[in-house]
Amino acid sequence: MELIFEKSVAGRAGVRLPASDVPDATPLPGELLRAEAAGLPELSELDVVRHFTGLSRRNVGVDTSFYPLGSCTMKYNGKAMEEAAKLFTPFHPMVAMLPGGESLAQGSLAVLYGMERQIEEITGMDAVTCQPLAGAQGEMTGIMLIAAYHKAHGAKKRYIIVPDSSHGTNPASAAMVGYEVVTVPSAPYGDMDLDAFKAALNGEVAAVMMTCPNTLGLFNPHIREICDLAHAAGALVYYDGANLNAILGKVRPGDVGFDVIHVNLHKTFGTPHGGGGPGSGPVGVKEALIPFLPHPRILRGKDGTFSLSTDGPKSIGRVANFYGNFGVVVRAYAYALMLGREGLTKASELAVLNANYVMSRLKDLYDLPYDQTCMHECVFSATRQMPRDVHAIDIAKFLIDKGFHPPTVYFPLNVKEAIMIEPTETESKSTLDAFVVAMREAAELAEKDPAVLKKAPVTTPISRLDETKAARDQKVCV
Amino acid sequence: MGFTPHTKEEIREMLAAVGAADIEELFRPIPTGLRAKSFDLPPGMSEFEMLDGLRELAGRNGHIVPFVGGGFYDHLVPAAVDHLAGRAEFYTAYTPYQPECSQGTLQALFEYQTAVCRLTGFGVTNASLYDGGTALAEAAMMALRVTGRSRVLLDGAVNPFSREIVRTYLANLPVEVVEVPTLDGTLDRKRLAAELDDRCAAVLVQNPTFFGCVDDYTDISAKAHGCGALLAASVYPVSLGILKSPGEMGADIAVGDGQSLGNPLNFGGPSFGFLAARKELIRNIPGRIVGETVDREGRRGFVLTIQAREQHIKRHKATSNICTNQSLCALRGLIFLSALGKNGLAELARRNRDKAEYAKAALAAVRGVSVPAGPPTFNEFTVRLPKGADETVAALLRRGIAAGVPLGRYYPGMEDRLLVTVTEKRTKGEINLLARELEAALWS
Repeated sequence: MELIFEKSVAGRAGVRLPASDVPDATPLPGELLRAEAAGLPELSELDVVRHFTGLSRRNVGVDTSFYPLGSCTMKYNGKAMEEAAKLFTPFHPMVAMLPGGESLAQGSLAVLYGMERQIEEITGMDAVTCQPLAGAQGEMTGIMLIAAYHKAHGAKKRYIIVPDSSHGTNPASAAMVGYEVVTVPSAPYGDMDLDAFKAALNGEVAAVMMTCPNTLGLFNPHIREICDLAHAAGALVYYDGANLNAILGKVRPGDVGFDVIHVNLHKTFGTPHGGGGPGSGPVGVKEALIPFLPHPRILRGKDGTFSLSTDGPKSIGRVANFYGNFGVVVRAYAYALMLGREGLTKASELAVLNANYVMSRLKDLYDLPYDQTCMHECVFSATRQMPRDVHAIDIAKFLIDKGFHPPTVYFPLNVKEAIMIEPTETESKSTLDAFVVAMREAAELAEKDPAVLKKAPVTTPISRLDETKAARDQKVCV
Repeated sequence: MGFTPHTKEEIREMLAAVGAADIEELFRPIPTGLRAKSFDLPPGMSEFEMLDGLRELAGRNGHIVPFVGGGFYDHLVPAAVDHLAGRAEFYTAYTPYQPECSQGTLQALFEYQTAVCRLTGFGVTNASLYDGGTALAEAAMMALRVTGRSRVLLDGAVNPFSREIVRTYLANLPVEVVEVPTLDGTLDRKRLAAELDDRCAAVLVQNPTFFGCVDDYTDISAKAHGCGALLAASVYPVSLGILKSPGEMGADIAVGDGQSLGNPLNFGGPSFGFLAARKELIRNIPGRIVGETVDREGRRGFVLTIQAREQHIKRHKATSNICTNQSLCALRGLIFLSALGKNGLAELARRNRDKAEYAKAALAAVRGVSVPAGPPTFNEFTVRLPKGADETVAALLRRGIAAGVPLGRYYPGMEDRLLVTVTEKRTKGEINLLARELEAALWS
């Protein structure tokens, strides 16, 4: 499809501004002005509408297809949450910070306050901030809080421990905050090797970052022991909430012994991910870390009114301009209100049932490196198909032709040829059965006619793309 | 309620396939001692009850006419933006890991990158960052990586929130952040020259400044380069419709907040941050980048590229921890820029300035109010009041007008100064009302 810049016709115009009701100002001095107008496209509104409608048809979303990306929780997003978000959009964030302005923002502040209290109860933490703008920023905020905590206690710490199966954001976040990263290998049972962990633990370790259930979709039964060992060594324990959807109502990280957690609202609370964001990554902490939370904090007075507090002398400061991705928080809050206690618990139960169902229906045809009851996702390996030169990527591309978005492939890194499937609770048995049929067909073709898999996808507007050329040519704009 | 489709019969069949007696059996890997101590949440609601409740909450927000900026601006959003960005195929998609079924998002991001490069005058940008403040912090970290140095100079006329984010991001690193106090709303060039040396990784400035002043940093680029430092400029994208771009000034990095490009105010989020740079710096840029390539038949297509900088490959050696960005908001920015087009954005920028200049004159005519002489401004400017700006703003808020941002809480000593913002959405009538109400608040 042509680029919008290629469709541009000089002199064509789209949106018209309202007529001006004030006189033209004296122009700015020439040296402050750009030499020529920026080369934006020139199109009619219909040109623009056709272009982006055309692009949208080259995309797959949850509303169009089953999207079982492991580790990324792509559940259906109810339309009522969109209506909820529309109720709040036009408010300028600065107004709440003006003298007397809080009284004008009571509704928006109530949503933030309400969501923070819900996340506290869901995770078992003592306080929550909705300011971080995405999961990875939540992680970084959490590590900053840990750094501030140790600093306030006069403890010198250098290291953060992460398992080798962790999300790449964990070590990157730790490094951004200035820590050295110690990677601990996984044991044969698929979780962080306890002996290797004990060997890595010392008085200079600031924190351990854990995902539980982990990226194999397995629940680590030693998780409390890990928390206890860390605490005994003077380290804190961080909970990566990416997989929280598996355990709502069943386990609260705060009860287990975790000190800091981030939650991905766009995953567990089902808000749209928009092809790569926006997300929202609220952070929860235990009491000892509350003084370090970023500000502004949203407080509720005895009379029920909400206010903003910026006078925390120990606060790490600000990680975003205002109060976080408020629009995402509204959607998540609406979701939490609609599901409530039973709905959230049921969501986890059926997410786990769906994952185990898919696992049980496919394990005769695909290698299952960790054959245990899984939580919300299961990880297969395409190693059985490899002698026929069929790889995880070929199976993924074949699924596109069958009308499914592929699962995550080649992650986690500790499974060779990984195919990681997370069906989520919002998919029906009929959808899962159809997906199983396609996966079984792929396994059959791998035996009988692997060329079909190597050629896939053939139903998309383009076939497999040359990623090496993209990296070599570095053509990133026109 | 929830969105789960399972019937009792289906659950029974699925459990049978799994070989479990009931769902609780699937949670047996979790030791009983680790089970939740409580889950004390209210019962679920129907969508109608939920919407009623939130409508009541939304109704507690007051209605105001905003003459405030502070990094977020009340601009027009053409209806086409909502309709197109709201298409489910864009809206409910994830990160484009499988390019064959995400060409819509990938091509849109490639076009977004092109638009941002053309606006800022640079050769490379990423597929968006979280917001303008974090983008400035990422620019500082990028400069530290590129130069291998450990000192950052930060102009005091940069948005106070962005400065605070930079300090928060760098607080635990062996890096010295030096703030150069502002010279009445602009960069104090003498103080900067005194601080600028070969230990500096970057000079961070903003155009227009937080005070609305328009500057040309061409001389600062040259000075920074003279001692091996980079110049990063935070810019307001609507102003780039007419103002000299960071690229034209010889800067190395441009950042900013994209809210003003087709994103509603949203109480501060979501919007998007952008970061563009000289092409040579491509391997040091944080975040995702979309690149052009070809498929097996030679047809043009787009993929996420140069990923060897990113967290999922480089882990702790990545250029940044950013994973999720703000693609949908960036898409809104692209649709907005496409709908306005080359001349539309320039006209929008001029209109903003026209309105602000009208307001400047209207407020200067209010008894006791003066507009300090100084450099030209874009759509924000400061006024000096005959009494405290805090109490004046509070008085006007009670009349439904957010008159501006009192500067005293961010700049001690400026308690009588007010930063007023006027976008194309403010009518002549609203501006005149502001002047009248200000006069009333000051003198009645």
